Amino acid sequence: MSTAAAHNHHGEEGHGHDPHLAHHFDSPQQQFDSGKLGIWLFLIQEVLFFSGLFCAYAVYRANHPEIFEFAHRYLDVTLGAVNTAVLICSSLTAAWSVRAAQLGQRKLMIGCIVVTIACAFGFLGIKYVEYAHKFHDGLLWGEKFNPKYAPGGHGEEAGHSPTADAEGHSGQHATAPGATITQEAAGEAKVTTPRNTSIFFSIYFAMTGLHGLHVIAGIIVYVWLLWRALKGEFGPKQYAAIDFAALYWHLVDLVWIYLFPLLYLIR
Amino acid sequence: MSTTTHGHAQDHGLSHVMSAKMLLGVWGALIVLTVVTVITATQPMFNFGAYANLVIAMVIATVKASLVCLFFMHLLYDRKFNLLIFMGSLLFVLLFVSFSMMDTAQYQPAIQSRVEAQAQ
Repeated sequence: MSTAAAHNHHGEEGHGHDPHLAHHFDSPQQQFDSGKLGIWLFLIQEVLFFSGLFCAYAVYRANHPEIFEFAHRYLDVTLGAVNTAVLICSSLTAAWSVRAAQLGQRKLMIGCIVVTIACAFGFLGIKYVEYAHKFHDGLLWGEKFNPKYAPGGHGEEAGHSPTADAEGHSGQHATAPGATITQEAAGEAKVTTPRNTSIFFSIYFAMTGLHGLHVIAGIIVYVWLLWRALKGEFGPKQYAAIDFAALYWHLVDLVWIYLFPLLYLIR
Repeated sequence: MSTTTHGHAQDHGLSHVMSAKMLLGVWGALIVLTVVTVITATQPMFNFGAYANLVIAMVIATVKASLVCLFFMHLLYDRKFNLLIFMGSLLFVLLFVSFSMMDTAQYQPAIQSRVEAQAQ
């Protein structure tokens, strides 16, 4: 695509020497539509890829709603809402970068790409704050789940040293694998959580983690596009890459639009 | 909104150019809906029970997703085949999730009785 399709003999409608037209396409329009179909096929693959995790979420929430009603209170709604707004803003600039490219507004297009990248880093920064908080407080997946305090209680119960207690307890039941019941049987001295609360955090980290990897991939794509835009490769006749990257970025936004209420806004 | 579906400048080149007004309008709607979904999920006066609030949150999320798909992703203006394959993927997600939920719901009584037996 980037290399000039040398000696295009298929040229019709006077575009025979269009350097952006690959030799196996009849027209720029056909080339563009084929690329767009390709990116849409990739996007539906992404939808199905994420659907595995959404399926896990639906199955566990339907069968154990008490886990979700309890554990979501460990999450910070404000940070989640801010991150939603950040992604929506980056979607706006991604969509605007396509418009600017179509209209040949080069500086605006570059500005939109830069803001999109900045918002993506902002999203990851807020996500890092949330993750760091959860690692610090033992709000982790599977057997690593070892909360230092009950939801909403900002660590004031830490004085009871629930950590040591929980370890002593799980030692008793060491013969029974999968004895996450220890959290429940704990009694008054430590944080009582519904059975298998750790499943919520397994799902939380799997879903937001996979989404975060997509954000990182989006940053890589947009940095590459910024590099090409600065070299002057894009214009009203050549903006397919900008358009397709924006489509991918919107899909990342779409996933978060569902993740935010499903993880943060349970009641 | 839908009046702009056709008659917009299709002659700009390879694909439809979204107007600045539409881009900002969709962005504003998405931000407003984000605020609405947070309010309905956190304020006591909007507490209609777990099930109703889940439905409300999912309806709002779906409206937001539709705005992103139809306008930011140009699906309303694009070749309809792209919309068709995208809807097709959603159909398969629906089948996948609903059958998995129906299937796993079948073993819950057995799991529950086993948990209770172990607890005794």
